[in-house]
Amino acid sequence: MDNDPSKAAAPARDIRTTRNEIAVDMEGVNKWYGAFHVLRDVNLRVMRGDRIVICGPSGGGKSTLLRCINRIEEWQQGRVVVDGVELTEDLKSIDEVRREVGMVFQQFNLFPHLTVLENCALAPVWVRGMSRKEAEAIAHHYLERVRIPEQAAKYPAQLSGGQQQRVAIARALCMQPKIMLFDEPTSALDPEMVKEVLDTMVELAMDGMTMLVVSHEMGFARQVATRMVLMDAGQIIEVDEPGQFFTNPRHERTKAFLSQILH
Amino acid sequence: MSATFVREQLVAPMEQPRSNVGTPAWLQQKLFGSVLNTVVTIISAVIFAALVWPAIRFMLIDAVWDGSSRVDCLAETVGRPVGACWPFIAAKFAQFMYGFYPAEEVWRINLTYAIGIVLLAPLLIPPVPYKVLNAILFFGVFPVVAFYLLIGGVFGLPHVETRVWGGLLVTLVITFAGIIGALPIGIVLALGRRSSLLLVRWFCVIFIEFWRGVPLITVLFFATYMLPFFLPEAWKLDPLARVLIGVILFAGAYMAEVVRGGLQAIPRGQYEAARALGLGYWKMMAFVVLPQALKLVIPGMVNSFIALFKDTTLVLIVAIFDLLGQLRASFADPNWATPVTLLTGFAFAGMIYFAISFAISRYALYVERRLSTGVAH
Repeated sequence: MDNDPSKAAAPARDIRTTRNEIAVDMEGVNKWYGAFHVLRDVNLRVMRGDRIVICGPSGGGKSTLLRCINRIEEWQQGRVVVDGVELTEDLKSIDEVRREVGMVFQQFNLFPHLTVLENCALAPVWVRGMSRKEAEAIAHHYLERVRIPEQAAKYPAQLSGGQQQRVAIARALCMQPKIMLFDEPTSALDPEMVKEVLDTMVELAMDGMTMLVVSHEMGFARQVATRMVLMDAGQIIEVDEPGQFFTNPRHERTKAFLSQILH
Repeated sequence: MSATFVREQLVAPMEQPRSNVGTPAWLQQKLFGSVLNTVVTIISAVIFAALVWPAIRFMLIDAVWDGSSRVDCLAETVGRPVGACWPFIAAKFAQFMYGFYPAEEVWRINLTYAIGIVLLAPLLIPPVPYKVLNAILFFGVFPVVAFYLLIGGVFGLPHVETRVWGGLLVTLVITFAGIIGALPIGIVLALGRRSSLLLVRWFCVIFIEFWRGVPLITVLFFATYMLPFFLPEAWKLDPLARVLIGVILFAGAYMAEVVRGGLQAIPRGQYEAARALGLGYWKMMAFVVLPQALKLVIPGMVNSFIALFKDTTLVLIVAIFDLLGQLRASFADPNWATPVTLLTGFAFAGMIYFAISFAISRYALYVERRLSTGVAH
């Protein structure tokens, strides 16, 4: 376990960024669940190396937005381009994008019938076409990185929530994605396990991973975010640098939201 | 007592009270724990005695063990009330097992059984390795081998018409073919019924509901007597094959509903995680969803298989002689006509059906317990 506080508290300016390529581009995205308009004219451009933290009241469309980026959700209007590939009905484009975009879920969603190692090696073998040996080597590497190499032979149910979520992160990393999506990764965890998961994410951020994170962990957001996004009622209300966002929010809703969440 | 409290000494764990341990305590709690419990225990004991004692008398104490014809099993000859007439079973045993399969070719059936057991046993014992290869051999290669061994007509084996097959052989052939055929059909139909493609879904729904809506006996009757009228002469199928197809489609429809239940129990997050990793539909199903779903429905599948095993007795209606059919045919033999022949025969058949069904169900229970380790949600 890494408990070195100085490392976890490293300031954002040390973080490497390469800000010339577009990683995700959403243009005028609209989505309806039946008659309910969940995403309303969403425009968001994420550069490579960006770390976007999306916050806002629940039901505001944060998760839905995230899930459009690997097309786990479909939308009815607008364009989403990920890593230069436009997501369309065409399964080829979807497969191509999903190979390069990792996702971590609130409920971990590990495969309970597979060991930790098998969870991690599954996609490299069956999506990337690696040999089992190669895939397991990669799995061991990333389990090492999330600091649970000794749990490789266990089943998910034998692990704590924090460990499961770290396995989920390792599983996503095993595909060596260019972009990582985190959908409230710490919301389902007991309070004492939040830190170990956030530490893992901070390290990932330090390595320059492009990240989009739906989270209410404002400490984490301050530490790693390059930009903050506030969503409410299916719309992006405010996008800003974290310094500005937290100290001097411009929109009324941002102010109201922050005043409730930062006690 | 004051409103605040601070524990000064921690309580160490103590041994449980004496009245909680041992056989007497268990009996006391489980069988005579309350008035109602005691009453139920006594009633159960009475019913048990009333059923079991006559059965033991019939099958063991009053039974006739030696003899060569009906005379040996008559009360007048023996001089006491007669129970089961086991010589009857001994005399007809080959028929019950193999039907009228030529005696000099029966080794082929036994060889088929032996191959089946040699392939099945390691498949059923979890620690034995090479499960995938083993499964391919048992579910893929074995049926083909068994088919040619039993039918013959190749490699110098004389052809044996299915018309002369009978007894337990036919029961096992129908059950085995039903299970092997129904499982893949059931999985495909279950997936189809949940498909997002409208026409695929409709086809599967109609197919499943059709077969579920029709009694098996109708299916068998139709397959045997009606189908030949509709099909061209060249398509004439072997009567047993017609029955097998009917049984497989019928069992497949039921299996589809069992599997669908399992698919519905898999949380949406599992599908999402698999898709987010880039797995396509078939890989997602094969590696993530179906392994979990099928595990969940093992009890339901076993239930269907046992039902199928017993439903095979219905083939009697279309003049195919399974174990029970062969048994009933043997009742007509005047050489063995005694008052107890019928009871003896049914007792024998009952024991065989029970032994096989019970073994399947116990094994399934064992598998279920084993699989549930490590997957406690």
